[in-house]
Amino acid sequence: MSIPAFASAQKDTTNTGDKDFDPTPVIMEHIGDSHSWPFVFPLVAEKPIPLPVILYTDKGMEVFSSSKITPEGTIYAGTYYSYKLEEKKVKIVDAAGKVDENATVYDFSITRNVVSMFMTIAVLLIVFLSVSSTYKKRAGKAPKGLQSFLEPLILFVRDDIAIPNLGIKYVRFMPLLLTIFFFILINNLFGMIPFFPGGFNLTGNIAVTLVLSMIILFVVNLNGNKHYWKHIFMPNPWWLFPIMIPVEIVSIFSKPIALMIRLFANITAGHIVILSLISLIFIFGTLWISPVSIVFVVFMDMIELLVAFLQAYIFTLLSALFIGMAVEEHHHEVI
Amino acid sequence: MELVTPDIGLVFWTTVCFAILLFILGKFAWKPILEAVKERENSIETALQRAEAAKDEMARLTNENEALLKQARVERDLILQEARKVKDQIISEAKESANTEGHRMIEMARLEINNQRAIAMADVKNQVASLSLEIAEKILNKQFEDQKKQDELVAQLLKEVKL
Repeated sequence: MSIPAFASAQKDTTNTGDKDFDPTPVIMEHIGDSHSWPFVFPLVAEKPIPLPVILYTDKGMEVFSSSKITPEGTIYAGTYYSYKLEEKKVKIVDAAGKVDENATVYDFSITRNVVSMFMTIAVLLIVFLSVSSTYKKRAGKAPKGLQSFLEPLILFVRDDIAIPNLGIKYVRFMPLLLTIFFFILINNLFGMIPFFPGGFNLTGNIAVTLVLSMIILFVVNLNGNKHYWKHIFMPNPWWLFPIMIPVEIVSIFSKPIALMIRLFANITAGHIVILSLISLIFIFGTLWISPVSIVFVVFMDMIELLVAFLQAYIFTLLSALFIGMAVEEHHHEVI
Repeated sequence: MELVTPDIGLVFWTTVCFAILLFILGKFAWKPILEAVKERENSIETALQRAEAAKDEMARLTNENEALLKQARVERDLILQEARKVKDQIISEAKESANTEGHRMIEMARLEINNQRAIAMADVKNQVASLSLEIAEKILNKQFEDQKKQDELVAQLLKEVKL
């Protein structure tokens, strides 16, 4: 939920006069990623803070500030090619300023989402390293301060997620599960803050959830024991081979994909709903609708707060479940 | 469709960031935290067990003490009873011995008295005998002052002797 988006939206509507307000670009701008961080000085000005653009082309690396290619359409002549932004994507352009569709460019820019990820990771590191040192200092004593706030969460992940699904093998997977849980949780929560340090949509970005689910895919399949593989390639009875083997192989991939879609869809949907409710004020073009919007937004924010915890929990729980199924030492009973 | 197309850049940075986060937190946060929690849980567990054991020990000691006390009481009673018995015995023995001693002394006194009396009687007899002899001598002296009477008695005595 970002104020900057609305600041610009409002400006646009006032500029274009009677034209109806279209919430889609506003919402999409927030939900997606961008090469600059929109920053608003309340009631004064809106200023996009430029971020570094890092491009990998067939000729080599290019690094420059995103201020060179904003606003959208500005052409920047780099070392190897000329670039411009088109629908927030960096494209190579030819001398005439037309997009060269054949040239491929890989965009490794430090975008808004990457910066926000750096920020949340810094917060996670500061918080947990300090808590960890508190544990060392206060060994054997009752938890205190931040430690006593986080310990129930850590114990929750251990006792209610890891141990029930992984049994005695839980110790090995605890770091992964805890990291995933707190990474998703903090990004969900920061995403709910409408201005700096929030105002982004990281866990509602398919690239992030893709990486998280791929990690789970690798962890599950690299740790799968012989029971797990036997279950996939030697189903019982033998004449089910032609049906069961493809089904099982699909299920290997469908599980992480479900994880990916679930987190992405939940967080993005929440952001879209809240932004749509606020957009009502601009769609109706009257201030009188704002109490309705605010009531609904507060209500949705509370639901989103629940969803933030719930999705972190579900992602971690299902990860633990899938890993647990792969490492379980079970004995097939022949029925 | 743009929404569900992952950007290579964000995928790359997420992978890198997550890997670093996992490494650092795993090494410097989760491991010490989980170990500390485990350790504390263990210490609480052992403390509880020890408290339980101490309670049992306490109960055992109390029981033992009570048993000891009871035993001591029984013993004391026994000792008192014994002492009483001994006392009674000593008293009765003392009485008995006093009795026998008394009897013995009385017997001895009686014997002594008898002896003394016998001695006294013998003395009296002797004196009576000597007195009577003296008296008889004096009487005889008086009766036989006359010669004729002597002759008469000799004659009578001779007559009585029959050869």
